[in-house]
Amino acid sequence: MSKVLAVLEQREGALRKVSSEVVTGARRLADGLAGRVDALVLAAGSVQGIDQLGGFGADTVLTLTNDAFGRDAPEACTRVIADRAKAGGYRAVVFAASATGRDLAPRVAARLGVALAQDVTDVAVEGGAVTVIHPVYAGKALLKLKLTATPAIVSLRPNVFTPVQRPKAGSAETVAVPAPTGRVVVTAIKPATAGTLDVAEAPIVISGGRGLKEPANFKVLEELAAAFGGRAAVGASRAVVDAGWRPHADQVGQTGKTVSPTLYIAVGISGAIQHLAGMRTSKVIVAINKDKDAPIFKVADYGVVGDLFEVVPRLTEEIRKLHG
Amino acid sequence: MKIAVCIKRVPDSETRVKIASDGKSLDEAGVKFILNPYDEFAVEEALRRKEQAGAGEVVIVSVGPAAAQETIRTALAMGADRGVLLQTDTIPADGLEIARALAAEVRDSGYDLILFGKMAIDDYNHQVGPMVAELLDLPCVTAIAHLEIGGGKGTAEREIEGGVEIVDFPLPAVLTAEKGLNEPRYPALKGIMAAKKKPLEVKPASLGAGGLEVLALTPPPQRKEGRVVGEGPAAVLELLRLLREEAKVL
Repeated sequence: MSKVLAVLEQREGALRKVSSEVVTGARRLADGLAGRVDALVLAAGSVQGIDQLGGFGADTVLTLTNDAFGRDAPEACTRVIADRAKAGGYRAVVFAASATGRDLAPRVAARLGVALAQDVTDVAVEGGAVTVIHPVYAGKALLKLKLTATPAIVSLRPNVFTPVQRPKAGSAETVAVPAPTGRVVVTAIKPATAGTLDVAEAPIVISGGRGLKEPANFKVLEELAAAFGGRAAVGASRAVVDAGWRPHADQVGQTGKTVSPTLYIAVGISGAIQHLAGMRTSKVIVAINKDKDAPIFKVADYGVVGDLFEVVPRLTEEIRKLHG
Repeated sequence: MKIAVCIKRVPDSETRVKIASDGKSLDEAGVKFILNPYDEFAVEEALRRKEQAGAGEVVIVSVGPAAAQETIRTALAMGADRGVLLQTDTIPADGLEIARALAAEVRDSGYDLILFGKMAIDDYNHQVGPMVAELLDLPCVTAIAHLEIGGGKGTAEREIEGGVEIVDFPLPAVLTAEKGLNEPRYPALKGIMAAKKKPLEVKPASLGAGGLEVLALTPPPQRKEGRVVGEGPAAVLELLRLLREEAKVL
C-alpha cells in the first residue's frame, strides 16, 4: 500500500495549526494513491492535540520523543525524519512551508537524494504521479510540477489547505528515540514584541502602507487587530519596512512574506505590483485608501474610499461590538 | 576568512510576467535581470566578515546562463574578489541539481562560510542553501536576520512564527540570509571599474535533469472584479454586512 508521511509541528508541547493542514494535504495525496497517512511528530514529551488528527485523515500518529526536540533541532530532526521516510517506504513526505518545515524539507530531500517541491498551494495524484502547484515570481505565475522521484517531498503553504473532517482511526503511539547531537543549537527563543501571530499564518491580516504617514500611527491598525480578539496580525508594505517603520518580519510582498489569510485588509497601501504579489491569494481582500484610483482597488473585493484615520477607528468600534 | 557566496540572476521584482510560447517558462523579452535581492544581503555580509577579519577572500559562485557574468560582476563591484560561473542555458526546476553543482564547486576549498540568500525571488524555492549544507555535511542556519562570528563559531538570529531563535553553530557553516541582516552597499564607480578586471572563471555546469518535471506555467486566476462599497466611515456598516453575509468571513 502507498503510504504518505505527514511531518507535523509542535511548539512547547502543543500541536501547531499548520499540522492539521499538513494532515489534510497528506490525506488528499493518500486518497489519490489509495494509501494511508502516517503522521509524525517530534517532541520533547507528550503533545496536546494529537487525538484530533484522526479527524483530519491520519490513519496513525507516531510521536517520537527526545529532549532535543523541545526546540528546533534541524540536524537531529533531518536524520530521524529521513530514516523514517526511507525505512517506511513512503511514496510521499509532506511538510508545512513554515519557518521550521521550510528549513527541514530541503535537508531531508538532499539526504534522501530526491527532489522537493517547496511552498505548494495544491497537491494531486495524476496518472499515479504526485503533481503540485507552486507559485513563482511571488504568485505572478503558477508552476505546475510533476515529482518523478520517490518519495515525493512537498511542503504546503500555510493557510491554503483548509482542514476538512475525514475521520480515520488515528491510532496513536509514542516512542522515545535517541537523537544524534547537532552542531546547530537553538540556545534561546525571544518572543516577538508584536504578539504571537505571524502574518504568514494569521487568519486575518491588516497591513499598512505609506498612507499611515508615520510609524506611531500603526497604533490605529494594532487596535483594529486587537478588536479581532487575537486572530489578526499587522502587516506592512515594503515602503514602510524599508523606511524602518515596521520590522521586516511583518513585510508582505515579493521580498517579504506571501500570505493567504481569510481576510486581508490593506490600509493606506497603493498596491504596487510587488505587494499585490504577496497577498493576492487571500480569500477576501478589503482596501481602505483615500485615492480612488489606487491599484489596490483593482484586486480588492471590497473597497472603501476615504481617510483611513476616520474609517479604521469606526471599523474597530464595530468589530468590537461584534466580538463584545 | 574565506567565504563563498552563491548567487542567482533573477528577473527584477517589478517584472510583469509574460508566459513564453512553450507554456512552461517566462518570456524573457524585455525583462530586466538583477542580482537576487536576498543574495545581496549574503554578499554584503561576506564583505563585512572579511573586513572584520582583516584578511580573506570572498568568492562569488553562480549557476546560470552566460549573461549571469554581469550579475557576478555586480557582486564583484560591491567588493568581492573573484567569481565562478557554472554556465548552463537551462536551469532545472529541481533545486537539488543546482545544489549538487554548487556543492561540487565549493567542496574541499577551505571556505569558512558558504552564504546564500534565503530564497530566489523568481522560483521561490527556499532550498538550495540547506541542500548544499546537507550534501557537504556542514552545519546550516537558514533565514538569518543577525550574525556574530568569532573564535571559530557563530551565533545567528532566525525569525520563526511569533519569535526569534538564537542559534549557535561552529564554522565552517552554511548560512542563508533574510532581509534585515544588513544594508547592502551600492557599488561605487571605483568598484565597478575594478570589477571589470577581477578574475571570473566560466566553466560548464554539470547538471542532471532532476526529479521535477515542469508541466505548465500559467497566470494566476484573476480575482473577480471588486467594488467600492462607499466613501468614508459611513461605508463601514455596509462593508461589515458584506463581509458577514456575502463573503462570510466574519
